[in-house]
Amino acid sequence: MTRDIVLKAENITREVSSPEGLLTIVRDVSFHIESRETVAIVGPSGAGKSTLLAMLAGLDLPTSGRISLAGQDLTTLDEDGRARLRAEKVGFVFQSFHLIPSLTALENVMLPLELAGRSDARQLSADMLARVGLASRTGHYPRQLSGGEQQRVALARASVSRPAVLFADEPTGNLDMATGERITQLLFELNADSSTTLVLVTHDRSIATRCGRVLTMENGGLR
Amino acid sequence: MRAIVIALRSLSREWRYGELAVLLLSLSVAVGALTGVGFLVDRINRSIALQASEVLAADIRVQSPRPLSADNEPMARQLGLRTARLTTLLSAVFHGDVNQLTNIRMVTDGYPLRGTVTVADTPFAPGTVTRQIPAPGQAWADSKLAAALGVKIGDNITVGARELRLDRILISRPDQGSAFQEFSASLLMNEADLASTQLIQPASQVRHALLIAGERPQLNAFRDWHAQQAGQRERMADVSEDSPQIGDATRRAGRFLGLASLVAILLCAVAVAMSARSYVRRHLDAVALMKTLGASRAFVLTVSVTQLLLLALAATALGSVMGWITQSWLISALQGLLRTDLPPAGLQPMLIGLLVAVAMLAGFALPSLLQMTRVPALRVLRRDVGPPTPGAWAAVTPAVVAVIVVVYGTLGDAVLSGWFVGALAAATLILGGAGWGLVSFTAHSRGGSGVAWRYGIASLARRRVESVTQIVAFGLGIMLLLVLATLRRDLVTDWRASIPANIPNYFFVNIPSGEQEEFRARLTAQGGKVERMLPMVRGRLVTINDRDAHAVSSSGGPAGPDDGPPQRGGMADREQNLTWSSELGDDNRIVAGQWWQPGDEGKPLVSLATEFQEELGLKLGDRLGFDIAGERITVTVASFREVKWDSFKPNFFIVFPPGLLDGAAGTYMTSALFEPSSPGEMTDFVRRFPTVSVFDVGSLLAQVRSMIDKAVTAVQSVFVFTLLAGLTVLLAAVQASRDERSYETAVLRVLGAQRGMIVRSVLTEFSALGLLAGTLAASGAAFGGFMLARQLELNYRFNLTFWLLGVLGTVAIVGFTGWVATRSVLNHPPRSALS
Repeated sequence: MTRDIVLKAENITREVSSPEGLLTIVRDVSFHIESRETVAIVGPSGAGKSTLLAMLAGLDLPTSGRISLAGQDLTTLDEDGRARLRAEKVGFVFQSFHLIPSLTALENVMLPLELAGRSDARQLSADMLARVGLASRTGHYPRQLSGGEQQRVALARASVSRPAVLFADEPTGNLDMATGERITQLLFELNADSSTTLVLVTHDRSIATRCGRVLTMENGGLR
Repeated sequence: MRAIVIALRSLSREWRYGELAVLLLSLSVAVGALTGVGFLVDRINRSIALQASEVLAADIRVQSPRPLSADNEPMARQLGLRTARLTTLLSAVFHGDVNQLTNIRMVTDGYPLRGTVTVADTPFAPGTVTRQIPAPGQAWADSKLAAALGVKIGDNITVGARELRLDRILISRPDQGSAFQEFSASLLMNEADLASTQLIQPASQVRHALLIAGERPQLNAFRDWHAQQAGQRERMADVSEDSPQIGDATRRAGRFLGLASLVAILLCAVAVAMSARSYVRRHLDAVALMKTLGASRAFVLTVSVTQLLLLALAATALGSVMGWITQSWLISALQGLLRTDLPPAGLQPMLIGLLVAVAMLAGFALPSLLQMTRVPALRVLRRDVGPPTPGAWAAVTPAVVAVIVVVYGTLGDAVLSGWFVGALAAATLILGGAGWGLVSFTAHSRGGSGVAWRYGIASLARRRVESVTQIVAFGLGIMLLLVLATLRRDLVTDWRASIPANIPNYFFVNIPSGEQEEFRARLTAQGGKVERMLPMVRGRLVTINDRDAHAVSSSGGPAGPDDGPPQRGGMADREQNLTWSSELGDDNRIVAGQWWQPGDEGKPLVSLATEFQEELGLKLGDRLGFDIAGERITVTVASFREVKWDSFKPNFFIVFPPGLLDGAAGTYMTSALFEPSSPGEMTDFVRRFPTVSVFDVGSLLAQVRSMIDKAVTAVQSVFVFTLLAGLTVLLAAVQASRDERSYETAVLRVLGAQRGMIVRSVLTEFSALGLLAGTLAASGAAFGGFMLARQLELNYRFNLTFWLLGVLGTVAIVGFTGWVATRSVLNHPPRSALS
């Protein structure tokens, strides 16, 4: 059975200027990811994992090469065009949670649905918070939640719109081991529930091994 | 719509971070300053419109010294307008042996067409409104006349050849102005009795008026018709042409208070810009996240702009309440200068307040917000990524445009706006430069006095731009308040003290011709020190160099063949008091030409005060034609005099040589230093000379002083907003440094600093800030006071106590506010700040 290709990188390179001259962070990387695949990007610090993830999600553009996400060439879209595509197709989980401090847990989860113009945002979000075990904390602000709870809210926010691709950047990096383990479990459960493609960057070998495929980066290139 | 929902939802949550509160406060103070003045000026303007029709007792008044055209009244009635006639003349009214010079007013049914007449049964009692006029054979005397004649209701009085029965006491009428003639007593009677008084003689000074009231289109139709009547010389006064003098005065006062409020508004704009910058700094992460989740730039901008507009609305409401309270306070502070029954203000000042709030946000907050929307989504992964640096023009242009819009919108005068912006920029530069120097100097003096002191001064020096901004904001506000306080405390008091004790304290006007020597003798006998006694006749300037004086003065054209200085109307429009004298008083100095030489007696010459010369642009040798009681005389300008009016001796703009007007002698006037031994002494004296009007200089001076006091209080009240604006700048600066302060406090606490030490360092920082701002403000105010004193030709004495109070007051205000504003930061547990 062939599956659709949701993410395709073709010869992407990312260079930045630094006091020492032009620095190549990602060098001529090509690969593709099919729908419902789970892919881990691993590698040592400074290997270019996060920069690659940023480009795959359309947060940053390659200096050269092409990236297509859900059939759309990201390099031809302007910033608002890429934002629109993310609203429709992408979910994101960050190492430092990135919840909006002035919004409650429920409102944080509602945000992507509201940005996509969904009228049932409140109900779907409440259901999703219940799914991650936070039914009783919907009215709490991020500062009133523990790190693990905040990351569960972030997971709920990333999954609630049933994105085509869920990106995760070191999702357990700021959590203790036990909490990290529970979050990882939840991440894969949610992914399985919604048949989403999962692309995650991690240092954690145990998480990487739970993925269907592992891409290892070294010095800006894929090994 | 989604953006608006999100904006609404997060607005209340944003509250606890403080920037929005400071934004709201800054905008409210600005709107408060603006609407406070706006509401007051609006109410005065409405009152002037109302007053104008009351002063006329009609919407239109057609008047002439000659009988009016018989066509006027039928035409007005034909147009559906209401009419009434009013004939006035000055004559003596008798009761037995007693007589009183009285302004006699003969009216027809319907008078007054606008405003009301109130009457009572006894003099000086509170009146009740009446819609009637005296019946034929009856008269209503005002309190002054009744008291002077010693009459009560039911008594008979004689007006010319007619005897009338006193029916009521006239307490008030709408057309009682403050013009000179109105100081005299007045009597209201029915026009039907006019002929039988036999008072209208060929030379009598009578004025005929037709009062008209009705709807504006009909009034305009009447005006047009009247203007087309050939050869008519009747004057028309229309309520729609508001009194130019009162209107101008209000406009000027409004502009002056507007200037005062602008200083506050622009300082608030600085606070808005600071708060907006710190709001944006805190929102960069959230905006990057929203963009990661799919929000467009427009969406992010819509959320922020919606929040700002809501803030502007809230600030308009809050500011308008502050403005309303301010104008109520201003009206009570200006009691005596303004009517107490001002009509309520309209909503226009609020609307202007809203526009100014929006303009301030657009100029000072929007550039930062636009910048915020440009933050890349990548920031969610890399915190070092921020929005691109804006071009200098993009950052500054909106602020400059907003300043122009706000200043021009408030003042409505391009030249004045230019001067204001220029002066403010200069003051800001000077204060800013001095502030920068003081902060640098202070930074060098931080060693050796303990950690709290060193750390406090270091904070002041490290946030140098913010420190200097606060110094300028506070310095400006406090300096303006101190200059006014100096003006009131020192200058006005000094001026009063500078008036010699032995100058005349009473003016006596309307001393009948023939009784002047008896008057002088009696007053001298009672211990009065009487000054020169000058005759006084009324006359009107009708020609200047054989051309119509009114046309010459109002056209602004030259008075003669050679072009003179620019001319204004006024002097040529109204009746003047004229005199003649052989002596040049020691309070007069000839600045051009010559005083009368032997042999000038009876020659057609005139000597003019320099004020009169300047207003009409006259020069020596000009020929002036006067109409004096119907007679024309033409005289040549022989000299110009500089008059020291504050000698309180009788003085006139226009003086003729003796022998020229002797036949026209009307009355005499003089002034005297007179201390009555008992309150009744002056009353008895006045009763002996009933036609004489007495003016108490002491009470007039007290009135002038109280007027200056009130005006200064009003301006100071507006400048209180400037002080509030300074506080908002401080709050905004503290707000902007909040995260940094939390972090630093946490580090100090981790390193073992006691809470007391941190509080001391904060107090040091803000007290030093207050000390610098206060030093600048008090020194600037001393300089301002010195300049003002020079301008007003008064002596200025530097007042050290006042200077010290200014400095210490500022230290107290800034130190306390700074401590209160940073308290919550000091209470932050170190763990939360470092996590």
